[in-house]
Amino acid sequence: MKDNQQNLIRFLIGLGDDSVVLSHRLSEWCSNGPYLEEDIALSNIALDYIGRARMFYQYAAELEGDKRTEDDIAFLRNEREYTNLLIHELPINDFAFTMVRQYFLDVYYCQYLLQLCESTDERIAAIAAKAVKESRYHLKRSKPWIKQLAEGTDESRERVQLALDELENFVGELFLMEEWETQLANDKLVVDRKTLEANWNSEVQSFLAESDMKFPDSKIQIRGGRNGIHTEHLGHMLSEMQYLQRSMPGLEW
Amino acid sequence: MNDLISIVTPEFADRIAYRNSSAYGNIWDVLDNVFDPELPGLTIWDLGILQDVNEKDSVLFITVTPTYSGCPAVDTIITDIKTEMAKNGFNKVEVAITLSPAWTTEMMSPAGKAHLKSIHIAPPERNDVVNCPICESKNTKVLSQFGSTACKSLYQCNDCLEAFDYFKHF
Repeated sequence: MKDNQQNLIRFLIGLGDDSVVLSHRLSEWCSNGPYLEEDIALSNIALDYIGRARMFYQYAAELEGDKRTEDDIAFLRNEREYTNLLIHELPINDFAFTMVRQYFLDVYYCQYLLQLCESTDERIAAIAAKAVKESRYHLKRSKPWIKQLAEGTDESRERVQLALDELENFVGELFLMEEWETQLANDKLVVDRKTLEANWNSEVQSFLAESDMKFPDSKIQIRGGRNGIHTEHLGHMLSEMQYLQRSMPGLEW
Repeated sequence: MNDLISIVTPEFADRIAYRNSSAYGNIWDVLDNVFDPELPGLTIWDLGILQDVNEKDSVLFITVTPTYSGCPAVDTIITDIKTEMAKNGFNKVEVAITLSPAWTTEMMSPAGKAHLKSIHIAPPERNDVVNCPICESKNTKVLSQFGSTACKSLYQCNDCLEAFDYFKHF
């Protein structure tokens, strides 16, 4: 039971990390969007992910016995202590890359969170119920963008293709389970992400096929995020994200 | 007045029934003076986020459910509730944030929707056919799926050409 509690905390922090890292990436578009409405949209989506991260971190902090706060978890852990899945931390690159990643993750979260609503842990189920509605709305936005870019100019199509190639090796990790996470899934506390892969693939492939595009079927899966092994990019991101708390500990707005 | 606005949703009917059966009617009334900081004149009751008033060990517990998980107005709302309660002589007050039941726009009151329209924000529509809050035209288009706050998107009327906020159905 104690093991299970530790694993649950680990799980919550992992999901919080996924959200906070993606949120920070999206917020990098603030004041840099291609036009004002898009700027506002990306910042709003970033805000939804901040909210999601807070709900997971707050719950983790409570289970830990209030030894540290949600802010401590976000701002006072190093790169190797962060356990987000790697796809979230990749730099925003160009707008096509940001939207293809977002579309991939929107499809993923719509499926994943819907199942997480069935968690035997009421609090997790409630967080998932709130978040899945937001992801559905995000998907409504990212999907038409992919179509528009893929069927737009030669350049926009090429940029979508480059994004698909870039993401090829990072999607697999979404569906790889760690042993401790599988234990939680067996107890119906969390979702076995492996079971989502076939649905995700068919949804994404059939949508891309409408624009005569294809997501390459990668045999390589870069993994390590849940164990704190990251790409070179996360450390740079955290140094910017954590700068203020690190230099002025305890600072509040 | 748009006919749709007067429709009482089952979710709102449940809320009003609960409020009317509550032993803390005076507290609910006090809270009718607390407004959403981003939506001038819309009370937290009309918005649908005020969920419960209760008492335990002579502390009043007021329960609120956030609209969107990242809504930055939550902290201000908590402060505003405590301030309004203090003004009315209630000092032992705790504000609890609950995620369940998850807020939906169906919890909004008919008066709240009418108020939104009066400040030229199109109220949420179940079928997402958005009427222009100024000239009533149904001939509108979306400019951006997100507007000035997480709960709104930006529309434009094709007839009177006015741009306006639409409170997303959620």
